Amino acid sequence: MSLFSTRMLAASAFALMAAAPLHAKTFVYCSEGSPEGFDAAPYTAGTTFDASGHAVYNRLVQFKPGTTEIEPALAESWDVSEDGLEYTFHLRQGVRFHSNDKFTPSRDFNADDVIFTFERQASADHPWHEYIPGITYEYYSSMEMDKLIKSIEKVDDHTVKFTLNQPEAPFLANVAMPFVSIVSKEYADALDAAGTREDLNNAPIGTGPFKFVAYQKDAVIRYQKNADYWGEAPKIDDLVFAITPDASVRLQKLKAGECHLMPYPAPADLDEIRADPNLKLDEQPGLNVGYLAYNTTVAPFDNPQVRKALNMAMDKPALIDAVYQGNAEVAKNPIPPTMWSYNDAIEDDKYDPEAAKAMLEEAGVKDLTMEVWAMPVQRPYMPNARRTAEMIQSDFAKVGVKVEIVSYEWGEYLKKSMEEGRKGAVILGWTGDNGDPDNFLSVLLSCAAATPGGANRAFWCNQEFSDLLAKAKATSDHDERVKLYEEAQVIFKREAPWATLAHSTQYVPMAKNVTGFVQSPLGDYVFDTVDLTE
Amino acid sequence: MLRFILKKLLYLVPTMIGITLVAFGFIRLLPGDPVLLMAGERGVSPERYAQIAAQLGYDKPVWQQYLHYLGNLLQGDLGNSLVTKKPVLTEFLALFPATVELALVAIIIATVIGVPVGVIAAIKRGSWFDQVSMTAALVGFSMPIFWWGLLLIILFSGVLGWTPVSGRISLMYFFPQVTGFMLIDSLISGQKGAFASALSHLILPSIVLATIPLAVIARQTRSAMLEVMGEDYVRTARAKGLSTRRVIGVHALRNAMIPVITTIGLQVGVLMAGAILTETIFSWPGIGKWMIDSISRRDYPVVQSGLLLIAAIVMIVNLIVDLTYGLINPRIRHK
Repeated sequence: MSLFSTRMLAASAFALMAAAPLHAKTFVYCSEGSPEGFDAAPYTAGTTFDASGHAVYNRLVQFKPGTTEIEPALAESWDVSEDGLEYTFHLRQGVRFHSNDKFTPSRDFNADDVIFTFERQASADHPWHEYIPGITYEYYSSMEMDKLIKSIEKVDDHTVKFTLNQPEAPFLANVAMPFVSIVSKEYADALDAAGTREDLNNAPIGTGPFKFVAYQKDAVIRYQKNADYWGEAPKIDDLVFAITPDASVRLQKLKAGECHLMPYPAPADLDEIRADPNLKLDEQPGLNVGYLAYNTTVAPFDNPQVRKALNMAMDKPALIDAVYQGNAEVAKNPIPPTMWSYNDAIEDDKYDPEAAKAMLEEAGVKDLTMEVWAMPVQRPYMPNARRTAEMIQSDFAKVGVKVEIVSYEWGEYLKKSMEEGRKGAVILGWTGDNGDPDNFLSVLLSCAAATPGGANRAFWCNQEFSDLLAKAKATSDHDERVKLYEEAQVIFKREAPWATLAHSTQYVPMAKNVTGFVQSPLGDYVFDTVDLTE
Repeated sequence: MLRFILKKLLYLVPTMIGITLVAFGFIRLLPGDPVLLMAGERGVSPERYAQIAAQLGYDKPVWQQYLHYLGNLLQGDLGNSLVTKKPVLTEFLALFPATVELALVAIIIATVIGVPVGVIAAIKRGSWFDQVSMTAALVGFSMPIFWWGLLLIILFSGVLGWTPVSGRISLMYFFPQVTGFMLIDSLISGQKGAFASALSHLILPSIVLATIPLAVIARQTRSAMLEVMGEDYVRTARAKGLSTRRVIGVHALRNAMIPVITTIGLQVGVLMAGAILTETIFSWPGIGKWMIDSISRRDYPVVQSGLLLIAAIVMIVNLIVDLTYGLINPRIRHK
């Protein structure tokens, strides 16, 4: 957008605000970063999705607040064919898109919008595929939607049929994700005619709970309540994102009443927040896992007994205290306990250095020296990888294994950790995209992911395990899937390609007068339901 | 004079080319690449990687990429951000006024306090004032900015509640951006209290940003004054029976100002560097924070063109400083 049109937009947004009476309820969210843009499809950052997909848009289906269960959204209902290949969505009628000073929708949301949303990402020939030079659709391709969807068909104005190449149970969870937020085809056509196609990314028009008003780069995003919202209308009038990258500063702003809610507090600040009478702290187990992945293709780590022995040498509760300041729980499975199909019957490897030492001896391992890789960045699943590596180093020393800690710059780390024949074990983790167990197990542990560019950093390919995942993916019978994933977790535990370390807790500090905020297990910040009491 | 300016401007050309080379080279020498960073923990398949690299032109040899970049620069195309996909120049222009506003206020604070402190310290050499102010200057010079900024926020915004924590203006105020300078725009808006709010938001970040330049200017002024005070012409002026005020104000200070002005000019570079941390702490939407984000994301076009723009500005400011010498000392007035 040119500088001129930025100003025009700001000016018209101002006119809009000035015309409206002063609003009673303004909710300020101290967000942690700037959105990359306001079209959710080409981006991958959660920060972008909070500002675009969740505030301004809707999807065909959505996650029920606070859960990873799917509920109807712009599709009121759907049918799945016997063979699991056809999904027919019955669209909600009478849904209005937002309007701004340059665009007023002449029609309600319909099947054309759905088809436009998917096809512009799917087809490189689509006129909107590269509407901004250099734009790509990373989620669409990394969730393999391009390989999965065979065709999308408009049955009538309010019915759309998706045909898949193979049955895929997580499909519904995929279409609840922000990258397939439904955009208005009519708006796109209007922008095309006006020659301002980039406004699809700068001045978003959606069907969501909030209308976009203005964005001042790296500073403030303003939204207004969508009074015509098809769902329950928001209780606040204005929503403001005050972009505040530093966690300590966010807390100071929250304490000073400059905002009502903040994400990602620094772990060291939690006690102070709990002690503050004007604040409250919401906590929920996160949908994540931090792990140490052995290279299962390199001796002696190709021997499950060796990996198992090392896992037994690890004092995980001490690690949770030191690294997570107690704000996490010990992980025994690769998926977190809040995820369906979590196998709670599995017992974690017992911390027993003596037995571990004996097992290593039995496996013929003597004077082992190994590398442990510590990632250079903080993530919710791993607040301090260096410290974690040091704790592992001292634990392993007790069983006679010498550990060298290595680290690389983040991009290098990601790359080198996927190089074949990698020496050493890597610390890494994962946060779920859509709440489906397949999004953890297949992405991180399947044979298909144990190839260059995959994310299986243990290079662990167990056919029995991968077959179970494939079977679970192809069936839409939920109970059957639960059983298959539980079984897969048993194999994982037996084979121990990773040392599962921790599932960290998510904290959301907010002012005392905030009500109705529902934490999303996926780490999204959604404000449809929030309210402020006096 | 015009010839002097033209000559100086001509010198800028090779410097600018050098900067493109350095900026282009450095960001690529850093390990890690933008495609991998965007993919994150999930990874990216070799085919997809190749596809994106080809789309961005990163599959070509580096020298070809450089020539392509230079070619685009000559046509006024600074490239598009890999992250936001927006033109680098658009982003720069949207953020630059915020940095200028902050840096201007900071340099004014640093000069208005630094010069008199330096002068007094020099005149009263060895006094308690000299010792205290020069120790403070040393502390200020070695202050870790991030820590200093947080300390001020916690004290003045947190404990005392005197100043706002961060941002440029209270979120209550919302008006169109006209100049990009919040102090001016808030006045234009005519909204009651807007100017005061903008001003109060400037206090802490500008103090933090002014700290190092203030220390440098005070120390430089002091040593320049001490040197000048020992000169023959000052002794002569005293012998003539001029008042101390006149001796110091006219004869000493005017001559001592040359190195001080050079120092102030050089602080522009320091301010740009300081802006990176200051802007991050105070959530100040300027180019410092923009550069830091872009470096960590390996956003090549933003880093290389952003650095170029910043360097150009620093050089132009220094050129202007060069020109002001003549105003102060006629002997170096350019013909």
